[in-house]
Amino acid sequence: MNWQNKIAEQVGSIPRSGIREFFDLVTGRSDIISLGVGEPDFVTPWNIREAAIYSLEKGHTSYTSNYGLETLRRAIVKYVRGFFHVDYDPLNEVLVTVGVSEAIDLALRAVLNPGDEVLYHEPCYVSYAPSVRMAYGVATAVPTSKEDLFALNPAVLEAAITPRTKVLMLNFPTNPTGAVAPVETLQEIARICIKHDLIVLTDEIYSELRYDGKPHVSIAALPGMRERTLLLHGVSKAFAMTGFRLGYACGPEPLISAMMKIHQYSMLCAPITSQEATIEALENGTNAMLKMRESYRQRRDYLVKRLNEIGMDCHMPGGAFYVFPGISKFGLSSKEFATRLLMEEQVAAVPGTAFGESGEGFLRCCYATAYDQIKEACNRMERFVKTLS
Amino acid sequence: MSSAPLLQLLATQARLSDGELAERLDMTEEAVRAQREQWEREGLIVGYQAVVNEEYEHDNKVAAFIEVKMTPERDGGFDRLAMRISRFDEVSSCYLASGGFDLLVLVEGKSMRDIARFVAEKLSTLEGVLSTSTHFHLRTYKKNGCIFEAPAQTERLVVAP
Repeated sequence: MNWQNKIAEQVGSIPRSGIREFFDLVTGRSDIISLGVGEPDFVTPWNIREAAIYSLEKGHTSYTSNYGLETLRRAIVKYVRGFFHVDYDPLNEVLVTVGVSEAIDLALRAVLNPGDEVLYHEPCYVSYAPSVRMAYGVATAVPTSKEDLFALNPAVLEAAITPRTKVLMLNFPTNPTGAVAPVETLQEIARICIKHDLIVLTDEIYSELRYDGKPHVSIAALPGMRERTLLLHGVSKAFAMTGFRLGYACGPEPLISAMMKIHQYSMLCAPITSQEATIEALENGTNAMLKMRESYRQRRDYLVKRLNEIGMDCHMPGGAFYVFPGISKFGLSSKEFATRLLMEEQVAAVPGTAFGESGEGFLRCCYATAYDQIKEACNRMERFVKTLS
Repeated sequence: MSSAPLLQLLATQARLSDGELAERLDMTEEAVRAQREQWEREGLIVGYQAVVNEEYEHDNKVAAFIEVKMTPERDGGFDRLAMRISRFDEVSSCYLASGGFDLLVLVEGKSMRDIARFVAEKLSTLEGVLSTSTHFHLRTYKKNGCIFEAPAQTERLVVAP
């Protein structure tokens, strides 16, 4: 069969993921120290794994409600109330999904008509723009800069709004920059969203992993925002459960019910084993989570200090498990720098451009890697940058 | 900063040098040393040890958990007798517990005969010891927070979004 012109245009037009490109370079090599991952280096805490085993042992292998188990939805509502201080009705304002990624896809498909515009701050997680395009929307990046510590600048945001703008996507703390948004910035963004009647999708997946000592505030909790905000969260990062693929969306009933329509005909429901493990995570996982967070914090502090000593300008990120050092002064593009670092010193870090054009001049290094490995990676990077100057 | 993270690190990774501890906790090396030495002086930290998996040892040591019932003394309760028992070289751990017995004593020796002799000649003859019940150790699965199994091979992706 001739497959030319057979693939749908909006899929064919999506460029190959920059991460995927880089992944091909490292496949099959065992001598590499990787700062290139996007997930915790901890295995899921035992009490949570044990709950998953028990769920299977009891023979809980069926479909669940399309919305997700009601007990899980109640646990989610309680957790969200305690952590974000926003209240939702477990019966019609919560949808359990296969990771936050599915929830983003559902939300975009639920609200976008062809040509509607979606704003998102960049550098950002790799799936935002493609998800918008696959939902026939127009993805518009709002660049963020190191001067703003990669928190969205409200003035730049407002300047990007057009009459077709319908949705704003937020992700704080941010993958790949580790940025957190100060409350004052969020308040300003909220004011803009209300003024321009925007829907807000806020991806809160890293919200527990904040190290700046400040309580995490979601835009959903700000006055006037609950009615227009979809709060997206899951257990992948904070509870080291990436492989469980479990996320959830909390928001206004009309949006949840529209998302539910798509979800019931595509995914049906999230895996029941993962749902039952998540109840354990939300109800009894906090101590293990705090231990992991403290360990990430120690590694963040060390990595930032070392990178600055080496001469890779690195701001102190407030959250997630990434640092985002600047490398433009070495006269190489992000991709050249990352490729040479990999070839010459066997350290894998992801070029900033994998997360959007405004990532040029930066590198994403993940510190969810053993302390000694981070140390060795720093030694190697030190050696590498010396050859550049 | 609070000293709890330092104690937590020392309790789990005692071989880190003062410099390495300082690096992880954003403290000065001098502050770490001063705090550590103060804890050692005060007796909050009583020692540092490797956690050894006996399966790999070749001298075939034998160990037993001994439940000891005893009479508390009018002054000092169980403490004096418990300390007398603890001071024997054969005793590697000794805990006072609630329930059906009073002391749980972990005893190590070269052979079962060694342990039997210790129980018969030393432990049970002490004034105040009412009875003993000896359970021989067969295998350790976890000790001091360390699981005794080979580390699993990771299948984590090297690069992921």
